[in-house]
Amino acid sequence: MSEWWTYSLSDFLMFSSRSYYRLIESYNAAIWPAHLLALVAGIIVIGAIARPRQQMQRVAALVLAAAWGWVAWAYQLERYAEINTAAPYFAAAFAVQALLLCGLAYRPRNTAPAPQRVALGMIALPIFAYPLLALVRDGGTWRQTEVFGIAPDPTVVATLGVLLAWRAPAIFWLIPVLWCLVSGATLMELKIGHAWLLPALALTAVLARVVRSKKPRDLNSTANFRS
Amino acid sequence: MPPTSPSRRHLLASMIAASSGLALSPLLAAAPPAPLLTRAIPSSGEQLPVIGLGSWITFNVGRDPQGRRETVDVMRQFFAGGGRLVDSSPMYGSAQDVIGEAVQALKPARLFSADKVWVSGGARGVAQVEASRKLWRVPRFDLLQVHNLLSWEEHLPLLLAMKREGRLRYVGITTSEGRRHAEIEKIMASQPIDFVQISYNALDRDVEQRILPLARERKIGVIVNRPFRQGDLTQALAGKPLPGWGADIGCTTWAQALLKFIVSHPAVTCAIPATSSVAHVRENLLAGTGRMPDEALRKRIAQDVERLA
Repeated sequence: MSEWWTYSLSDFLMFSSRSYYRLIESYNAAIWPAHLLALVAGIIVIGAIARPRQQMQRVAALVLAAAWGWVAWAYQLERYAEINTAAPYFAAAFAVQALLLCGLAYRPRNTAPAPQRVALGMIALPIFAYPLLALVRDGGTWRQTEVFGIAPDPTVVATLGVLLAWRAPAIFWLIPVLWCLVSGATLMELKIGHAWLLPALALTAVLARVVRSKKPRDLNSTANFRS
Repeated sequence: MPPTSPSRRHLLASMIAASSGLALSPLLAAAPPAPLLTRAIPSSGEQLPVIGLGSWITFNVGRDPQGRRETVDVMRQFFAGGGRLVDSSPMYGSAQDVIGEAVQALKPARLFSADKVWVSGGARGVAQVEASRKLWRVPRFDLLQVHNLLSWEEHLPLLLAMKREGRLRYVGITTSEGRRHAEIEKIMASQPIDFVQISYNALDRDVEQRILPLARERKIGVIVNRPFRQGDLTQALAGKPLPGWGADIGCTTWAQALLKFIVSHPAVTCAIPATSSVAHVRENLLAGTGRMPDEALRKRIAQDVERLA
């Protein structure tokens, strides 16, 4: 395809908001009551952040890896691919992130200070509040709720919170941040009111990470000077 | 299509009432349904209704049973109203399979199946066309087009060979949103194609300069996509009263006027508005009936749309 500059976002949107949310609705119906299990998994992740220990980090990272793997297969490949030809590529990216999170589970814990409150907020928001977005959206119903561990968007936001809390290296951030941009753009083209939310949360997490990463370096340099 | 404007809703309510036999004036009750106008395909003389049916976005409903039922209803109404040409592409997600399911259910006697080849490299084109045919559940396609000119140098010879062998009736090329018009012109001037598919509406009128005159000169049929700019145009005009000329050509809504503007161009064979609404199919088909605007009125429609949209 040439003349890429003549294409706009809308040229790549190949489904309507109605088809998109019906797909989520039928996906939810097909896997219920897995949502309850996902909620428990989400609480485990919050617990791991609230009480930072190596063992808990491992459990939380593996829980997240399982969530990304599930979303890759059950959502991206099995369902989203029905209406979006790019979904198999998204599935591959989610599978890669699942493997990265498995790797993260066995990395030594970074004990440097992290913006704990921001991180906890970013994990709690998708687990407890994100499902409610379906109820405030025009024409939305509770059957179309997007749940952590089941749907990609809340899973990705919670992951960003975890990466922030653990001050994970940039490689772990790449796919979640890209997804926030892709999904945000999709929702914007679908004219969904909360389309801004995902990119805004990604930006918040990245900024919090960058700000925090500068502070410890300053402290270290001071310490080195004294020694 | 955008949400129905008040005037559009009124028209649709009238049509629903009419179809159920309610609230008919004696005059309206006595009037037979106006026939859908047809145009000759320049290369063959075969008549084709001026309103077709697109499937971009609207028919990509995945496995959703409700979405598929609604698509069958849309296609049922389209065929019942005299429509024939249905257009799709391998690029449109599940749309081909959704159409195929409706074709299987409805068994339309006069379907004109228009699909596309959209893959890099000629060798893969053969496999894609066969896969598309199976999804459509048709013995052969009436028209195959090279989608957005992708690998057209390799696909066109393949499609033309299929036509020579009787496995295809017509060959075409497509573009949208005004892209690659210079290359489109070059192909129109040099290749024995039957159709060209382009974007054209009351605001996007570049094709009037060279492509539409060239189509007439070379006896190439013209299929018009995105007649409403994917709904943006009707949305921009929603709530704005249709000027007095609307009544002169039997239009009660902007959507009808926009379609009449397009299909009244002498080079245009048909327009392919896409919709997932049965009411909109009825409304679109009505635009292919009755009086059409002459050249002077077409200019005025374009001016008014430019001013109001």
